[in-house]
Amino acid sequence: MTKKQKKTLKRIIVSALLYLTAALLTSALTLPGWACLMIFLIPYLTIGYDVLRKAVLGIIHREVFDENFLMAVATVGALCLREYSEAVAVMLFYQIGEFFQSYAVGKSRQSISELMDIRPDSANLERADGRVEVVDPDNVPIGSVLVVRTGEKIPIDGVVLEGESSLSTAALTGESKPRFVRCGDEVISGCVNGDGLLKIKTTKLYGQSTVAKILDLVENSSLKKARAENFITRFAHYYTPAVCIGALILAVVPPLVLGGGWSEWISRALTFLVISCPCALVISIPLSFFGGIGGASRSGILVKGGNDLENLAHIDTVVFDKTGTLTKGTFAVSRAEPAQGISREELLEQAALAESFSSHPISKSLREAAGAPDTRRAANAREIAGQGVCTQVDGRTVLAGNARLMEEQGIAFVPNNRAGTIVYVARDGQFLGSVLIADEVKENARKAIDGLKAAGVRTVMLTGDSESVARKVGEDLGLDEVHAELLPDGKVQQVEELLADRSGRGKLAFAGDGINDAPVLMRADVGIAMGAMGSDAAIEAADVVLMDDDPSKITLAMKTARKCMRIVYENIVLALGVKAICLILGAMGIANMWAAVFADVGVMVLAVLNAMRMLSVKKQ
Amino acid sequence: MQKKFKIEVDCANCAAKIEQAISKLPGVNNVSVSFMAQKMVLDAEDERFDEVLQASVKAAKRVEPDFEIEL
Repeated sequence: MTKKQKKTLKRIIVSALLYLTAALLTSALTLPGWACLMIFLIPYLTIGYDVLRKAVLGIIHREVFDENFLMAVATVGALCLREYSEAVAVMLFYQIGEFFQSYAVGKSRQSISELMDIRPDSANLERADGRVEVVDPDNVPIGSVLVVRTGEKIPIDGVVLEGESSLSTAALTGESKPRFVRCGDEVISGCVNGDGLLKIKTTKLYGQSTVAKILDLVENSSLKKARAENFITRFAHYYTPAVCIGALILAVVPPLVLGGGWSEWISRALTFLVISCPCALVISIPLSFFGGIGGASRSGILVKGGNDLENLAHIDTVVFDKTGTLTKGTFAVSRAEPAQGISREELLEQAALAESFSSHPISKSLREAAGAPDTRRAANAREIAGQGVCTQVDGRTVLAGNARLMEEQGIAFVPNNRAGTIVYVARDGQFLGSVLIADEVKENARKAIDGLKAAGVRTVMLTGDSESVARKVGEDLGLDEVHAELLPDGKVQQVEELLADRSGRGKLAFAGDGINDAPVLMRADVGIAMGAMGSDAAIEAADVVLMDDDPSKITLAMKTARKCMRIVYENIVLALGVKAICLILGAMGIANMWAAVFADVGVMVLAVLNAMRMLSVKKQ
Repeated sequence: MQKKFKIEVDCANCAAKIEQAISKLPGVNNVSVSFMAQKMVLDAEDERFDEVLQASVKAAKRVEPDFEIEL
């Protein structure tokens, strides 16, 4: 609780006691009217002096539809009608509501900053003479050496100079699996050092580091307002004056028409004024969005603004880039088909040794699959351009390459028609078999697509890869549409086409790994960048940033957004509904000022509590 | 030029009204006042930024006397 809140709370308690005393006194003793007024004025002024002050300032500044002014008119009016008790109660409840609002908002603000507890407080800078000094991360130049001890956060992005450790990225990605790093690895600020002492050399300034960027992004998200929020502020802009005019008509017209009964109608009009306060409406919407964005960031989903969260909820098409998004973007041996009489191990070993002089990702994946055989067994590798290699392995000639190599060398081979890169292997003119190397589909890709389909979303994949590879991945994952062999600008064009033929309100999202697809990220209604830890361009261009590269986070992000929008609509309906009912009942004289206070303060409390549900986004 | 300020506003509607009042001032390209974040982003013409900022603070205090800003 802040100082201001504590002060208000004290005032509320004191005035509540004074109010009770006044109520007891006036009901126990029969006092003249002026004495009652005097007694009730004590709690009234204690609790309402600031409202009255602001109301006067409002009149001076010609801001008449300000809620202080409305509350002042309503309560002073009630005092004039000799409804002293009501006047004090309304003011008291109004202040309680305001107090609760400020407390709840402060609390949710605080819990979001706790969620985002990644800000490093200090950095241990190592000087040239070996002394370690604790400094502010803001004052660390690029290329400095920092010491990160066990349990400390890495303050600035950098590269490991010395030491090994496992890092916890939980605060950034929501994943609890630690990441192992050693000398030469890049490390990202915000990770917590697990079990070893690390020395890192900074590659960025603090302000450009991942952690500073993330904090900036989350803190600023509430400045990008959603349509629902703008709608409600615009609505409030007209609602308050309209209800006030209604109050005026209610006070004047019926008594003139019906003749008399002034105090009754004025009392109803004052009820209108209390109901006309717009705060419950206006607070509940941004609070819901704030909670939604905060809750999402805990699972490693950074949403740049309320409008983006809104769009995310309305997605009906998700376009995926293939490599790096649905697939790992790394090559691995997915299948070995040895010829008759040859074992799988032998085939892989021969292929790996033949390719052992190459640093191509394909040779690397072969070596991995073969269990890193001794490369000294291979010699005299000769590359045959566009076809493959010819290498002496254990003194025998081994060929490894594509189908053309086999044809050119006149080797009888069994063609392999699977999708992916095929390496054919032959030894001394005899065919040993073929190895299929393919980009691996990510573990959670299937889950992501299933989740999206269950939510009624169309899934499309774009790729620069060959038709056959693309179709294979598409079938494996159950994608609705696949477009292959696209050049980078072809992707933009494809997205433009999809944007043009989508129907109605549905939004289109594009998910990519942020490499080379910034234009598409910008063009889509919602650009989702994955695995963005450290990629500046992606964070810049995207609307939603996933800290790790798990595609099922897209489904989670969408679910979170939909939940948030549901809460937003619930709050709008709740606030407007209760106010409308109270207005009708108030006009008929059934609802009194007490009901009006509930319509204002009670609804606000309910809306705030409802919005706070967003903070507890469950992990999948 | 765009600049971000830490502010203090007490209610969501006041923030909305402050935003509206400032956006009508001459020289203001764009302004966003967030009650939740207690922040204001002012985007105004470069050469008269300070002048516009002063006017904005004045306009804000008119709407909401308790408005505070860290300059």
